Amino acid sequence: MAAILDVTNMRAGYGSIRVIHGISFHVDPGEIVVILGANGAGKTTMMKAVSGIIPAQGDITFDGTAFTRRTSTDKRAGLGIAHVPEGRGTLTDLSVIDNLRVGGYTRPRAEVAESIERWFDVFPRLRERRDQAAGSLSGGEQQMLAVARALMGKPKLVLLDEPSMGLAPLITAELFAELRKINQETGTALLVVEQNAKRALAIADRAYVISTGQLVIEGDADELASDDGVRAAYLGV
Amino acid sequence: MELLLQRIIDGVGDGMIYGAIALALVLIYRVTGLVNFAQGEMAMFATFIVWWITRPDRFLGFIGDPQLRMAVGIFLGLGIGFVIGVVCERFIMRPFEKRPYIDQAMVTMGMYLGLSALAAYIFSVQPVAMESVFSAGGIPLGGANLTWSTIGLIVVFTSLSLLLRLLFTRTRFGLAMRATTNNAVSAQLSGINVKRTLMLGWGLASAVGGVAGAMLAPKLFLSPFMMQSVLLYAFAAAILGGLDSVPGAIVGGILVGLTQHLAGGYLFGSELALAAALLLILIVLLVRPQGLFGKVKVERV
Repeated sequence: MAAILDVTNMRAGYGSIRVIHGISFHVDPGEIVVILGANGAGKTTMMKAVSGIIPAQGDITFDGTAFTRRTSTDKRAGLGIAHVPEGRGTLTDLSVIDNLRVGGYTRPRAEVAESIERWFDVFPRLRERRDQAAGSLSGGEQQMLAVARALMGKPKLVLLDEPSMGLAPLITAELFAELRKINQETGTALLVVEQNAKRALAIADRAYVISTGQLVIEGDADELASDDGVRAAYLGV
Repeated sequence: MELLLQRIIDGVGDGMIYGAIALALVLIYRVTGLVNFAQGEMAMFATFIVWWITRPDRFLGFIGDPQLRMAVGIFLGLGIGFVIGVVCERFIMRPFEKRPYIDQAMVTMGMYLGLSALAAYIFSVQPVAMESVFSAGGIPLGGANLTWSTIGLIVVFTSLSLLLRLLFTRTRFGLAMRATTNNAVSAQLSGINVKRTLMLGWGLASAVGGVAGAMLAPKLFLSPFMMQSVLLYAFAAAILGGLDSVPGAIVGGILVGLTQHLAGGYLFGSELALAAALLLILIVLLVRPQGLFGKVKVERV
C-alpha cells in the first residue's frame, strides 16, 4: 500500500537556524503514527514543514502529489492535510459553529451542515455552546473543537501537535479514546506529536523518536513501549 | 425649531458620509487588524477617476443626462475603488505583510501622502466642481429642507451596510474574512487562501470608500485634500461604533455628524466642531472602550 504521506530527507528551520536535519518518515493510510521527543527536538517544526507553515527542503509527497515551494498551506489543506497546531489554533472571536464552518471551508455547504451535526453528536458539549465565542470555552472544550474543526474538512491525514497539552488527565484519556475511535470509524490517518508518550503509544500503530532534529528510533508502538531505552527516556519508568 | 430640524437633517446627511468611510475603515480593520490611514485618499483617488470619466467630453460623455451619467459613474466607481484597493494591497501592503503592526500603519501613512500627491499631479491641485447624481431641492419638512441628496445618502449607505453585514455573516467569503482576521494561520490550515482574502478585503473597503467619495464630492469641491477632515470624522465614527462593527460604523457616523452640526451650531461655533467630535471619542473610550457596538474579547487558555 502506498503511503499517504512520504517524507524524504526533509530539512527545515526558522531563518538561518536549521532545526530539522534531514529526516525521512512515512504514514500509511488509516495509520496512527506518533512522534516522540524531548522539548526542542524539532517535533513542532516538523509538523509545520509538512503543512507548509514554514518552508522546507527535501521531498514531501502527500497522496501522490509532490509538494513544492508553491504548494501553499491552504492548497495542502485542500488536498486533505489537516493540522491542529500547538495551542489549538482556535478562532477565538468566532462562535463554535463558525469555527466548524471554517473547518469545512473546502467542502460544499450541504455537507458541512451535516458534518457539524455529526461532530456535535460526538462532542455534545460543543453543541451546548454552539453560539458562544470559541475563546470562552475551557481548554478541554477548545481541544475537542480543534479536533472537530480539523475533521470537518474530511482530511486524509490529521497532524496533531500536543493534543494533551494543558488538559487534565481524565480529559486527555477521553480525548485519546475519541481519537482512536475516529481513526477506526473514518480511516483518517493521524500523525501525533505528544509529550504524554505512554498515552500516545497506547493508541498508535507505529512511532518515531526524534532527537535534535534527527530521527533516532523507529518501530511498532508496542515494541517501543516495551523498549528499555525509550521507557527510560520518554516514559519515565 | 426649523433651524434645529435643519441641523439634525444636515448632521445625519454628513454623518452618512463619515459612516461610509468609517465602514471602509472597519472592513480593513476586520480583515487585516490594521487601521488604514490612506482610506480617505484611496476614496479621493477613485472619486477623481469618476470625475474624469463623467466629464461631458470624456468616456461617459455620450450619456446626455448629467444625473444619469453620474449614476453610471458612481456605479463604475465601485469597480474603480475595488481595483485601487486590490492594487494597493497587492503591490504596496503585501511586501510588508509579515512586518509588525506599526510598520504597516506607517506604510498606509505613506500611501496617504503618495496618493494625495499623485492625484494633484495627474488631475488637479485646484478644487474642481463635480456634478451631483441627485436633483437639487428636496422635500420641505416642518420648515426645514430634507434634500434629495440627504435622502439618497441615507438610502445608499444604509442598504450598503446591511448588504455588507449579510456578506460577513452569511457567506463563505465573509467567513473567510472573519477567520483570516481572527487567526490567519488557522484560516490557512483550513484551506482558506489568506492572501487572496486580504486582497479582496482591501478591494471591498476601497469600493465602499470610492462610492462615498463620489457622493461627497458634489457637496464639497473635489480636491486632493478633500478627504483630510472627513477622514478624522470617519475615525471618530469608527471608534465610536466599535472598530469591528459594520452597523456601528454607520451609527457612529450619524452621531459624529449630529455632534458636529448641533455642538457646532449651539455650543462653540463651527470652528470647534471637530474638537466636539474628538471629545465624543474620549468620552466613549472612557466609558465603553470597545465602542458602542464593538465586541468585548474573551479568551481562555
